Amino acid sequence: MRRKRMMTAGALALLVLTTGCGAADMTQQASPFANAQGAKTVTLSVQSWVGAQANVAVAQYLLEHELGYRVDTVQVDEVPAWDALSQGRVDAILEDWGHPEQEQRYVDDKKTITRGGDLGVTGHIGWYVPTYFAEQHPDVTNWKNLNKYADRFRTPESGGKGQLMDGSPSYVTNDKALVKNLKLDYQVVFAGSEAAQITQIKQFAKEKKPFLTYWYSPQWLFKKVPMTEVKLPAYQEGCDADPAKVACAYPHTPLQKYLNTDFAEQGGKAAAFLRKFQWTTEDQNEVSLMIAEQKLSPEEAAKKWVDSHRTTWKAWLS
Amino acid sequence: MATITATPPRTLPGALKHPAARKLLLLALAAAILVPLANARWTSGTWPTALTIDLTQPLTNVSDWIIDNRDSHPLFLYFFGHISNAVVLSVRAVYLTLLTIGWTGVTALGALVAWRVAGVKLALGTAAAFLACGLLGMWVPTMQTLALMVVAVLASVVVGALLGLAAGLSDRMDRALRPVLDTMQVLPAFAYLLPVVLVFGIGVPAAVLATVVYAAPPMARLTALGLRGADKGVLEAVESLGATARQRLLTARVPLARKELLLGLNQTIMMALSMAVIASVIGAGGLGDRVYQALASVDVGAALAAGIPIVLLAVVLDRVTAAAGNGGTEHPRAGWPYALAAALAVAVAGRLLGRTDWPGSWTLNIAEPVNRAVDWMTAHLYSGVPVVGGTADWAGHFTTWVLDPVRDGLQWLPWWSVLLVVAALAWLIGTWRTALTAVLAMAAIGVLGVWEPALDTLSQVLAAVAVTLVLGFATGIAAARSDRFERLLRPVLDVFQTMPQFVYLIPVVALFGVGRAPAVAAAVVYALPAVVRITAQGLRQVDPAAMESARSLGATSGQQLRQVQLPLARPALLLALNQGVVLVLAVVIIGGLVGAGALGYDVVFGLAQGDLATGLVAGAAIVCLGLMLDRVTQPTGRRAKKGA
Repeated sequence: MRRKRMMTAGALALLVLTTGCGAADMTQQASPFANAQGAKTVTLSVQSWVGAQANVAVAQYLLEHELGYRVDTVQVDEVPAWDALSQGRVDAILEDWGHPEQEQRYVDDKKTITRGGDLGVTGHIGWYVPTYFAEQHPDVTNWKNLNKYADRFRTPESGGKGQLMDGSPSYVTNDKALVKNLKLDYQVVFAGSEAAQITQIKQFAKEKKPFLTYWYSPQWLFKKVPMTEVKLPAYQEGCDADPAKVACAYPHTPLQKYLNTDFAEQGGKAAAFLRKFQWTTEDQNEVSLMIAEQKLSPEEAAKKWVDSHRTTWKAWLS
Repeated sequence: MATITATPPRTLPGALKHPAARKLLLLALAAAILVPLANARWTSGTWPTALTIDLTQPLTNVSDWIIDNRDSHPLFLYFFGHISNAVVLSVRAVYLTLLTIGWTGVTALGALVAWRVAGVKLALGTAAAFLACGLLGMWVPTMQTLALMVVAVLASVVVGALLGLAAGLSDRMDRALRPVLDTMQVLPAFAYLLPVVLVFGIGVPAAVLATVVYAAPPMARLTALGLRGADKGVLEAVESLGATARQRLLTARVPLARKELLLGLNQTIMMALSMAVIASVIGAGGLGDRVYQALASVDVGAALAAGIPIVLLAVVLDRVTAAAGNGGTEHPRAGWPYALAAALAVAVAGRLLGRTDWPGSWTLNIAEPVNRAVDWMTAHLYSGVPVVGGTADWAGHFTTWVLDPVRDGLQWLPWWSVLLVVAALAWLIGTWRTALTAVLAMAAIGVLGVWEPALDTLSQVLAAVAVTLVLGFATGIAAARSDRFERLLRPVLDVFQTMPQFVYLIPVVALFGVGRAPAVAAAVVYALPAVVRITAQGLRQVDPAAMESARSLGATSGQQLRQVQLPLARPALLLALNQGVVLVLAVVIIGGLVGAGALGYDVVFGLAQGDLATGLVAGAAIVCLGLMLDRVTQPTGRRAKKGA
């Protein structure tokens, strides 16, 4: 009995020693899988879309093979990723599509996140129809004519209306408001994840069926299923300020990188490298396509790109 | 997976008639008074807006407060911070240990433990399972998941056992805990995630804690059951020998409850493993994360490569703990030191050879062939199949002819009549208490302001349960009648029951398109094994004497089934229904990821956008829906067990 009690006391003492009796700020806490076996580790956030995977794959490859880091990746949705970045669970986000509320909170007010500069890629969100359909019916590419085609886009899920397919709930979207404010005879159907949306688009394309979908570029799927954008009322600065009253297209966004402030200051070579990391839409698409269509592992795809674009990435390391 | 085997006592169908009529009459009377009143005040088909509470503002405030104070408020610094730290430290310790002993050591240790506990056959199985994980190129993720699991399961077992001990020894605790545990058992895992994330942030601590909350209840429930079920005679004998209360507990009650304790461990492990994948949504890492990432690039093969190790781990752990629960006494204890020494020797040997990491060249790429098979399947089945039509057509018809009418019907019904139907169903099958809980849960959904989406979800659940029951009962009956069929079926059921639901979400979309139909299909696939299993078990347990006498009276095999087996197995069939409903609900919620919309989408949205107001309200509504469905389908038996 006594031995048992001593053991419990010992275990408790150990627990107190290891956790410390003082304050424990869990917002400054790394992943338990980080730095295993004495390696220098960088943790990158991978968002769920393949373009983001391409950024991370190349950055990871270069960090591991040229700079000798170990890289952990975590898949998190966009908004939670900001949270994780501010807490230091993630060191960097390489592709952000604009989150003004979070920028205000973490970059300007709390200063736990630092801007990392342009990624070099410009993102654009819009409504798309497959090109095979747009060629047969050229006037579908103007939003004013969409109602004429509503019955062509009907599915069991959209009831009596045309279907406008939206993707993951984590993506920036005004589509419900747009449909309402532009008085369109459409029903927004949320695919719930990008994977589901892509699978559905591919199935439609295989049968050459018409469809209308929320989509964004750069995206590798355009190479596989050519799509044409539907013109919405032109974007003007501030026309999307009130989410309920939006009646204009989405803007063109230069995609941004963000670093955790501590990492940006103490991250050494890795932080410097990630700040300089900048490439073009074509570069990103090349890697994305290798991952998503040729089913190469992200690492193999990154290796292929790295081997053939030496001059581009040498500049990031200097 | 060992299913929850509560065997309710037989109720005589004849005797039920009178009380049933009385109950309905009483309910009709209550309705006749209350409905006109309610109708006069709030005349609307759906839940009246006057009776809802909008929680958006307070919840947003809470969320902002937590984010602003997470790094400064003492509650976080001195309480949650330490919990989080402890989790990180222990997961890290286990992970580093696993890496240090290397793949040879882990495999040897696993196999030898299995050998001591469960015999040679399972030891070989365990070793093969570990090697397969490595062969699939998943060694490191498997170890990460294993580390997380070890910590989560240990914590669940400690928490569960303590709660169970309290409930087992004190009647008052038991009364207080039972409804809580009952409720937790039916909660879909998805509903837990958001609040945990908000406090702990994305990452391993949040994942471990969500897992503990999910996996501890079965341990608590079974511990209490075991302690209460101890043989009175033995206890009296121990008492007469002058043992103190503590001695009685340690030397008599706990050993007597061994079987239940190990069953609890088994259930806890299974629940924790299934949560390990869902928790990848909040940054659990490991195998679940691989599955989740593979799905983002629509790579079913890669998802399967990460899913198979989960299935293997689950099957091995299930069999080993089940074997420990059933027997194990025939093995002498003396073997343990040898086993440990052998494991140590292998680990050291592996280390000396410099082989702690799984060799990169020893991997097998299954992703490609699997993807080709899936592509072929979807290409040939999706549409244009002669005569029967493609799967896309079925999905379309199912949506227009089944899902739409059911949903529209439910949403068309006046809100008070929905409550009445719930009350009537729950009362007929249970007691007035279950009926009251069910009605209150349903009303809470209305008050939360998510009546319409909840009924949408409910319509999907009803459709999926109907399909599951038809298929499940048919397969279960076939399995009960043919030993060979059951043997063939067993591994298939094991795989489908433990395969992470995420893995089959994408093939299901490829087959049925985006919408509610794929969610229903995924739910059917997930719930079917449990229903088949309980049905087959129930039919097989029917008293052989009854069967014999039926046969001697010249009943054909069809008559035997209809008139003897099925009526006698009624409690088991009701249990199958109950389990089916709970499992279907869990997956219909995840169906939010494939376009099922409704409450599931709201939870996904809340998680993705960090929007506590939407996510938490939807989560609470799911809890209520689960509670209602459980009570409506809950056989009286579980209550009657109280006395036992």
